[in-house]
Amino acid sequence: MTELELPPIDYAAIAPILIMLVAAVVGVLIEAFVPRRLRHPVQLPLALLAVLAALTMVVVNADKRVITIGVIAVDGPTLFLQGAILALSAVALLLLGERAVERGGAFVAQAAVTADSPEDRQQAENAGGAGEVYPLTTFAIAGMLIFVSANDLLTMFIALEVFSLPLYLLCALARRRRLLSQEAAMKYFLLGAYASAFFLFGLALIYGFTAGLGDRASGVDFATINAAVANSTASPVLLFAGMALVAIGLLFKAAAAPFHVWTPDVYQGAPTPLTGFMAACTKVAAFGALLRVFHVAFEGARWDFTPVLGAVAVLTMLVGSLFAVTQTDIKRLLAYSSIANAGYLLVGVLAPGSEGLSGTMFYLVAYGFTVLAAFAVVTLVRDADGEATHLSRWAGLGKRSPVYASVFTFILLAFAGIPLTSGFMGKVAVFAPALDGGQVWLVVAGVLTSMVLAFPYLRVVVLMWLSEPGDSTPTVAVPGALTSAALVIGVLATLVLGVAPAPLLDLASSAADFVR
Amino acid sequence: MDEILTYAQAAPAGTVSYATADGLLSSVWLLVAIPLVSATILLLLGRRADRWGHWLGVAAVGAAFLLGLSYFLGLRGLENRSVELSLWDFIAVGGLHVDFGLLFDPLAGVFVLLITGVGFLIHLYAVEYMAHDERRRLFFAYFNLFVAAMLLLVLGNNYVMLYFGWEGVGLASYLLINFWYTKPAAATAGKKAFLMNRVGDAGLAIAIFIMFATLGTTQYDEVFNGVGALAGGTVLVLGLLLLLGAAGKSGQFPLQAWLPDAMEGPTPVSALIHAATMVTAGVYLIARSNIIFSANSTLQLVVVSVGALTLLLGAIIGCAKDDIKRVLAWSTVSQIGYMFLGVGLGGAAYALAIVHLLAHGFFKANMFLGAGSVMHGMKDQVDIRRFGGLAKYMKITWLTFGAGWLAIIGLFPFSGFFSKEPIIVEAFARDDWTAWLFGGAALLGAGLTAFYMTRLFVLTFHGPKRWTEDIEHPHESPALMTIPLILLGIGSLGAGWLLATSVPDWLTTTAGLGAQVEGHEAVLSHFAITVIATLVTVLGVALGWFLFRNGTATEPQPAGVLVTAARKNLYTDTVNEAVFEKPGIFLTRALVYLDNRGIDGLVNGLAAGIGGGSGRLRRLQTGFVRSYAASILTGALLVVAAFLAVQAGWLA
Repeated sequence: MTELELPPIDYAAIAPILIMLVAAVVGVLIEAFVPRRLRHPVQLPLALLAVLAALTMVVVNADKRVITIGVIAVDGPTLFLQGAILALSAVALLLLGERAVERGGAFVAQAAVTADSPEDRQQAENAGGAGEVYPLTTFAIAGMLIFVSANDLLTMFIALEVFSLPLYLLCALARRRRLLSQEAAMKYFLLGAYASAFFLFGLALIYGFTAGLGDRASGVDFATINAAVANSTASPVLLFAGMALVAIGLLFKAAAAPFHVWTPDVYQGAPTPLTGFMAACTKVAAFGALLRVFHVAFEGARWDFTPVLGAVAVLTMLVGSLFAVTQTDIKRLLAYSSIANAGYLLVGVLAPGSEGLSGTMFYLVAYGFTVLAAFAVVTLVRDADGEATHLSRWAGLGKRSPVYASVFTFILLAFAGIPLTSGFMGKVAVFAPALDGGQVWLVVAGVLTSMVLAFPYLRVVVLMWLSEPGDSTPTVAVPGALTSAALVIGVLATLVLGVAPAPLLDLASSAADFVR
Repeated sequence: MDEILTYAQAAPAGTVSYATADGLLSSVWLLVAIPLVSATILLLLGRRADRWGHWLGVAAVGAAFLLGLSYFLGLRGLENRSVELSLWDFIAVGGLHVDFGLLFDPLAGVFVLLITGVGFLIHLYAVEYMAHDERRRLFFAYFNLFVAAMLLLVLGNNYVMLYFGWEGVGLASYLLINFWYTKPAAATAGKKAFLMNRVGDAGLAIAIFIMFATLGTTQYDEVFNGVGALAGGTVLVLGLLLLLGAAGKSGQFPLQAWLPDAMEGPTPVSALIHAATMVTAGVYLIARSNIIFSANSTLQLVVVSVGALTLLLGAIIGCAKDDIKRVLAWSTVSQIGYMFLGVGLGGAAYALAIVHLLAHGFFKANMFLGAGSVMHGMKDQVDIRRFGGLAKYMKITWLTFGAGWLAIIGLFPFSGFFSKEPIIVEAFARDDWTAWLFGGAALLGAGLTAFYMTRLFVLTFHGPKRWTEDIEHPHESPALMTIPLILLGIGSLGAGWLLATSVPDWLTTTAGLGAQVEGHEAVLSHFAITVIATLVTVLGVALGWFLFRNGTATEPQPAGVLVTAARKNLYTDTVNEAVFEKPGIFLTRALVYLDNRGIDGLVNGLAAGIGGGSGRLRRLQTGFVRSYAASILTGALLVVAAFLAVQAGWLA
């Protein structure tokens, strides 16, 4: 029996992850021991503080390029994406923690109580909102941080589960329209488990493929896979089937067609702040993993996976834009918009070289801030029954609440990719390297679907400004300080990244180099 | 004087170069800034400035005049009398570099004095003339805006700056023509002026584009130095486009129709913008670009032809009009025709055209203001058939208008004799049969001018009273109106001699204007032409006096072919309507039809297709997890199959 040799651990490099995990555990303890009414005032600052501390550590680590414990790669893309996840999470936490717009917040403490029943009202009065939201969110953030830094498929899989499980739970906690919310959580969980199985199966096949390496041990870390792609003696069927299945698992999280089917239902059913969190942070995590897997592990098979994933990208863009045209619910509309954006991001993933990588990373940040601001506005447009998400209810909003209608118009224009917004710069950042890389067909599809997609966005703008407000036009709630802050940050980022994108683009391109 | 001549001889040989402005002249930008600031204040303060706004407007132009005068005097002592002041980079894009710069040279100097000097008097006059209009403050704001734009036009040191001012005066002119926009005639006239000017402006804009495309610059000095290297065809096209711009702004054939209609504006506007200054911008443009025009003899021939044709056209139509302001307007068209004739002849005649321009600025402004004074006293009546015998009631107006009349018909020793006569002489100084053609036209024009101006003068101030019933006792205008009239009247009488003896020498140092080749020998002697011209003029006056000394019918009388044609503006409007308006309307309708049916149909069809497709596709999203899972499975199978197909090389 050989002695187990522990690998050296670079604690500084994994500090952001550790901070988030510790914060999550502390959060659980707070739920257990702190009196009920103090939980929210303690949990929210704790979560925010943890996110800021982790962000600080990411900044401190800025120049680190290391693989620690063999499974965590801390390099430029990791740090950039971790920073993005943390920054977006901070904004999302502000939305999650808002309690001024709705009594007790958007999350219900005891989801099993019938909505709007006397018990329910009583729990809103007394019990406040669910405090578990914060540890769950911090767990999810920690999982995402691991996900984008994982250096082997197994770690990646575990991280996937770590951030997915809390999200399934959180989805079910909506205070209003609770059955819809629980149905969404159920669907998300079932399909998520289903997709995880694909991922795991692919992982096994890849492991088998690496066994064909003569001179080194088989394994699922990316360096080994990379070497195996170059010169494994095993059947390439293993590689391609495995690569396909792993890709499916990741594309599911990224909401790419045809693995997007869960997205509209879940985005619609989940509490809106959480939808914003998923649209911004899950997207960063999923694409971070996709970038690493396809740029590091399967780099050698680029010519083989590009046509297939390209077809997926085109299909995703088509599905997202075409379905968005006839949507009547603002959250579903944004869900399809998020699907189409996954298609644009895939164009960036498939663009060869570091320009594609940096462009994708820029796009993720730009899109994340805009989509958070969009969902922040959605939380504010409400009537007595909660959020009024049906589009007909938004008619004439420009006359009732010109400020929020203007902000939302700006956000929609950013989604549509109008210049001077981050949406435009993001599209340039992913389409330009794809053009340079010769993938003209992807860019043509991207531009055409962008035009189609502009229609539903502008339809909302027309609806808000040119329709007369009816009796059913809801008022816009006065946002609390937290939502205001989130909204201001999101809109400012959208504007600044559209007008002066150079610093972030420079940062992204200086970070665009994987450690192998 | 000797020094100037020495310098003048040195200049043509070398290249065009401008000195940098320093000292007093470095503040030349104030000329544009002061009226502009005043206009801004008047526009921004709105009604709060109603009580004193007009005085601010007058003061701004007065200050600009004093400044202009001191710059003008400052210029005398300089060796290079063309000073440039570059303020900042206006446009710097790639190869295009446009300076926001000003050029103060003798040519710009005399224009500045004309614009601010005559402008000041007309502003003063307008204080009283517009006194009963509750929007007087706004009127002065626009008026100041005009002065600022006009000064920018003549002070720019490149064609883009000129264009800037050019559009500025166009805007001010549009705003002021339909200042009384509730009157349909005024609104229509404003629109007409705007549209016809667009045609000319497009020509000017394309000319500037050509300059940039072929020479890479729009700065005056660089363009003038580079124009010699251009192909003859390019220079011709460039010049024709500049001429189109000039014709639009100056109401020359074929773009003359807007100018008489522009008289719908308040009379001070007609006097300042549509007689003395803005409409002469075309002459300025050609005089400024004289190096381009002198470079191509075909071009000069075209300019001369336009001038000769327009001067006859304006004079003939002027004979048949009964509206006091329209007669003066057609007279303006005709007189600017003389100026175009002058600048087209080239050489020494450039300076003569400028002299005529300045003299005309005085006497035409004087007569317009006189007409305004008459209208003021006659309850806004403009029909000269309903005037008569006003000399007794409006002594000052009669005298000053008489001064203008003597000046324009050009009898010795009055203004026109010194400014118009030399142009006629130059027209005869060509070396082929065209000398007789253009000389004859200029002579005939002089006779016609004498006739219609005498008709106007006699019908208005002499002969029996033919007033409408509501007028009992016409009154002379108040002092604020008569003082400018008197000053301008004195200017009308004396300016000609003064200008003719000083301005040509003064202008020799302006780029190109000093490059005078020795003129051809005139086909007739100078003395003979003078005698003939005087005879023709006296004939015209005598005819006018003889026909109209006893007044005229108050209603239109049946007339022969020529008079009917002249009453209908020689059918130029009819031609415009048939050639441009009708096909234009048809084209617009056809395009609208095409847009509605073709393009919109395509777009709407596409949108409907996408919408319908989307509606059908939506049904795929059933809401059942089982169907979602099935769809994921199908997708997964397809993706795996595709990967395996790639691996097997089927897709290669």
